[in-house]
Amino acid sequence: MKNIFPVLTVLLAIVAIWYLGAVWMNAAWTYDQAARAGENVSFSHLLSDTMNQKRPVLPTPHQVWAELDKGIFDRKVTSKRSLVYHGWITLETTLWGFVLGILMGVGLAVAITYSRVMELSVMPWAIISQTIPIVALAPMIVVLSNQIGVQDIRFPKAMIAAYLSFFPVLVSMVKGLNSPDHMQVDLMHTYSATDAQSFWKLRLPASMPYFFASLKVAIAASLVGTIVGELPTGATSGLGARMLIGSQFGQPMQMWAALFAAAILAGLLIISVAALEKGVTRIMGAQA
Amino acid sequence: MIWLLFALAFWAGAWGMNIWLAKRKAPWVRIAVPVVFGVTILVLWEGVVRGLSIDSAILPAPSVIWAKIVEVPDMLWTDFVQTVLKGGLSGYVLGSAAGIGAAILVDRFGFLQRGLLPIGNFVAALPVVGVAPIMVMWFGFGWESKAAVVIAMVFFPMLINTVAGLQATDGMQRDLMKTYAASYAQTLFALRLPAAMPFIFNGLKICSTLALIGAIVAEYFGSPTRGMGFRIQTGMGRLALDLVWAEIALAAVAGAGFYGLVTAFEKRMTFWHPSQRGNDRS
Repeated sequence: MKNIFPVLTVLLAIVAIWYLGAVWMNAAWTYDQAARAGENVSFSHLLSDTMNQKRPVLPTPHQVWAELDKGIFDRKVTSKRSLVYHGWITLETTLWGFVLGILMGVGLAVAITYSRVMELSVMPWAIISQTIPIVALAPMIVVLSNQIGVQDIRFPKAMIAAYLSFFPVLVSMVKGLNSPDHMQVDLMHTYSATDAQSFWKLRLPASMPYFFASLKVAIAASLVGTIVGELPTGATSGLGARMLIGSQFGQPMQMWAALFAAAILAGLLIISVAALEKGVTRIMGAQA
Repeated sequence: MIWLLFALAFWAGAWGMNIWLAKRKAPWVRIAVPVVFGVTILVLWEGVVRGLSIDSAILPAPSVIWAKIVEVPDMLWTDFVQTVLKGGLSGYVLGSAAGIGAAILVDRFGFLQRGLLPIGNFVAALPVVGVAPIMVMWFGFGWESKAAVVIAMVFFPMLINTVAGLQATDGMQRDLMKTYAASYAQTLFALRLPAAMPFIFNGLKICSTLALIGAIVAEYFGSPTRGMGFRIQTGMGRLALDLVWAEIALAAVAGAGFYGLVTAFEKRMTFWHPSQRGNDRS
């Protein structure tokens, strides 16, 4: 809590710089308009005009807020112009990709922990897979899934999200499953525990902190994947599509609103994962 | 049908070979096993595409893709220069330098550290690629807008990693510098920056991937008539999938190569760090 004051100060500074930037970047247009009308621009006119243009180069915070407010609260949730509607589409895909990514990550991690062949052959490729810019593959995945008969536009987007989110889970789970030390593994041996028993009673609980640390990275990656997946795939709904359409039809306000809606969504997702972590670790008897 | 059977037989054989290889302890096994795995996937791909005679408008075979790569190397090279060198690399260098510089500044002032770090942590988790359309609107279709997107994506991860790295020295070491009457700058350059190197390189590695993603995504919002993102988009439109896959292969090689370069550089710079020394023995 003692950080509140510095954080607020920095936030205020950012907003102040933002307003200054808006005046500076939008001034050209105002001068241009005034020159055409043959008027002189007074300073107060400059200020009020640059902050309230209809198609600003850089919209001011209150304009973005107004657009967000309009998109989230004023329109019906089912309306195609509602940000809640588009946010929901993106959220749905993000969660699908997130779940797929977790399953892939945990599955591979278990295989890698128990099989040296898997470790040697899969791990280097998992690392290489993350150095490949997935956006290059995104349009391909859409076409492929279309051709093999999956019409649902959510499927390719979820695949892209899963591709980005499985890696942090995989790396953390490999680390987590191997985190019990020799003493603990030996103790399980003296109990003559089977492999399955020592997995469920020792390795899995021991990996939980690593697991949840990776979930926060994975959910953010999954959202990025979904938004990126919406760009080249010809999607018409979702926050990413909203940005693309806004850019193609010269609607800067729409882009900014979608960008901030995506930021809000990311914040909400991270907070919920943190809450989930708290709940699960408490049930599993971890010390706070 | 022959192709399919051959591919499946090859798969079984390679899997058996990998099991046999994995039991050895020789150091070259660490390279041989993943190579066999990769080759197997390529052979399976080729075999399935030929065996089931899949249309190349759906999924071209690796041999077809390779033929395309050999056919148009000049075009691929222009795209590589436009996207990776001009857009990605310039943004990456500027963005990381700005991130490291800002981190040193933040580290100097406790107030900034407490105020900016929580915000930086939050922003680093946001889908920053979303600024791509805005940057294209501001800086036009050329590579400058791509570099700007990359700067925006790279800045905060670098900032956070460097700040964490600058705090990696312990009290004893800093006290020692004090007993030498070292100035702030001396402590920074002789002790704290070197100690921060593993963290900085960690950030650089994460950002190398982000940089390519940013450069390609920004091209979907408008670009001159060259560049990897542009080519992929137009290639998809005309169903020239062999060209699209050639670009994907190029992107993959560029991404992995970029990452590999940073890793090699890290090895030279942080040879003293335990994680690097451990590698020699295995």
